Amino acid sequence: MANRKLTSILKFSLLSSMLAFTGGAFADPVKAAFVYIGPTGDHGWTYAHDQGANMVQDQLGDGVVITRIESVAENSDSERVITSLARKNDIIFTTSFGYMNPTVKVAARYPDVKFEHATGYMRPTDNISTYSARFYEGRHVIGKIAGRMTNSNIIGYIASFPIPEVIRGINAAFLAAKSVNPDIQIKIVWVYTWFDPGKEADAARALIAQGADIIMQHTDSTAPMTVAEDEGVLAFGQASDMTAWGPNAHLTSIIDEWGPYYVARVKAVADGTWTSTDTFDGVAEGMVEFAPFTNMPDEVMWEAQDTILDLDAGAVHPFTGPINKQDGSPWLAEGETPPMFPDIITMDFYVEGIDSKYPN
Amino acid sequence: MNEGLIIAIIIGISIASVPLIFAAIGELLVERSGVLNLGVEGMMIVGALAGFVIEFHTGSSFLAVLAALLAGMAIASIFAFLTQILLTNQVATGLALTLFGLGIAAFIGRGYSEENIQLISAIHIPLLSDFPIVGPLLFSYNPLVYLAFFMVFLVWWFLFKTKQGLTLRAIGDNHDAAHAIGHNVIRYRVLAILFGGAMAGIGGAFLSLVQVPIWGEDMTAGRGWIAIGLVVFSSWQPFKVILGALIFGGITILQLHAQGFDVRISAQYLSMLPYLATIVILVSLRMRDKNKTNRTMPNCLGRIFHSTS
Repeated sequence: MANRKLTSILKFSLLSSMLAFTGGAFADPVKAAFVYIGPTGDHGWTYAHDQGANMVQDQLGDGVVITRIESVAENSDSERVITSLARKNDIIFTTSFGYMNPTVKVAARYPDVKFEHATGYMRPTDNISTYSARFYEGRHVIGKIAGRMTNSNIIGYIASFPIPEVIRGINAAFLAAKSVNPDIQIKIVWVYTWFDPGKEADAARALIAQGADIIMQHTDSTAPMTVAEDEGVLAFGQASDMTAWGPNAHLTSIIDEWGPYYVARVKAVADGTWTSTDTFDGVAEGMVEFAPFTNMPDEVMWEAQDTILDLDAGAVHPFTGPINKQDGSPWLAEGETPPMFPDIITMDFYVEGIDSKYPN
Repeated sequence: MNEGLIIAIIIGISIASVPLIFAAIGELLVERSGVLNLGVEGMMIVGALAGFVIEFHTGSSFLAVLAALLAGMAIASIFAFLTQILLTNQVATGLALTLFGLGIAAFIGRGYSEENIQLISAIHIPLLSDFPIVGPLLFSYNPLVYLAFFMVFLVWWFLFKTKQGLTLRAIGDNHDAAHAIGHNVIRYRVLAILFGGAMAGIGGAFLSLVQVPIWGEDMTAGRGWIAIGLVVFSSWQPFKVILGALIFGGITILQLHAQGFDVRISAQYLSMLPYLATIVILVSLRMRDKNKTNRTMPNCLGRIFHSTS
């Protein structure tokens, strides 16, 4: 009798300890959501974010449930999408600049949900973090390559929208190219879209017809690379390795490496250690990387590698004075580098030497 | 400006215009038969995907274009069945067709955005294509460019020079009368809708095979809607479709070049221009026609035909 009682007590304690164990190891998974501006198949910006989401899934396994919403327009639609995600998720990554106001609004209504807004700068409530990468460091590297590789001394630049992120890229690429090639000229075409392969291709053809022999893009599709290949000029990919679309045209691509950041942030939610932060990582932290360097002589590649090492070590800054603004007014004095805020975060001017009219 | 640049601009305009010409000339015939199909965007994107997929797997441009044509017809046949047999509302069905096309193309096409293909090459006629200026301007395009212009001629010839074309126009203007004298309204309209689907499919394939050799979700980016606008712009006259498409494509390309040449106008205004021009032209046409009935618009456009016998 007593024996049986003991057994049942043992069973019970065993069972409860098992329950406790499973409860500890398999706590409710973190529910994470990603809002994308384009299709994940763009092989550009959204693709890179989606690769990051994949890394979260791979590393956290059952510890995370991920929801991804693609092609969300940057209008009131995005607020609706973010709101409905906020009802069911613990952390939401909104991965485009244009989601800034909707993210801020929804975050105020859902104080228990964590929000992570990419490329923005507004954190009015303590449940919003912002994060971006110093992509202008990548533009600095490809600018140097462009300056060396061009024969016509004309870089064609396909730009999306005049937001600080894009302006920084143009200025950084131009300054770097000019530093190795004083005769460099940059032609900028704004297409006012992130993803319209037809229009991006039209823009690339227009730039090539006007003498550009190097194409840089700040749009998300592989279209400019395919046109460069077809027309026999050189080009840089955007956000992910685009070698496959331009085996003879591709120089390198700036790769956005969001995965480690996403893993850290989702883990922080699981651990309860998440706080509102502002992250702006670059080459040194591994958030900005490069596809293989192709179709260039070794000297150019070595120079690019050296530049990357310098960025890694913090020895160079893409914006180092003396630099004037487009209208000739001084921006940075000799040897001066700009403060992160407001100069870099809100950059809204071209530097001296760029001929194009600033879009405003 | 040198002549090389001018030639490049003209070729650029033709590339930007051709998808619109295909889609619009198909829709024009559909509307002439009295049917309004707002699903052009959906049929185009399905054609773009089908063309890309077949080109990728077979490497045959002919099969790719054929597949795009058939895919456009297949999705148009859904519209034909719903609106002509089940007599559903054409506007709602057309909108649904666009959403369905965009969705199913994105779904089927998922893996294909990873892939790339060769562009369909342009023709090269010995002697003619090598002739300076005239060669590149007239004899060095992709075969589909010539096909687009030929299709416009064909639709004009069909509508105005054949008995069947006359019947189709009669059906578009008064389906009850046409029915009363013994014409098969439904059959004409179904065939017109299938033709519209085929043309939209090829227009989409031009995007993914000639303009840029990739597949991307939503890559039609509203061109189907512009094609529908062009039909109105053309006052349902086939050759005016070419004019409208060239104006639209021309402004699109010229504004890109203007930016490259740094014309001192803000880029926002320049990229607004094609759409602005379309609206201005539509409004001015309307003003001109204000005091007379618009004689070219098919009277039965969008109206459901109830067979009474």
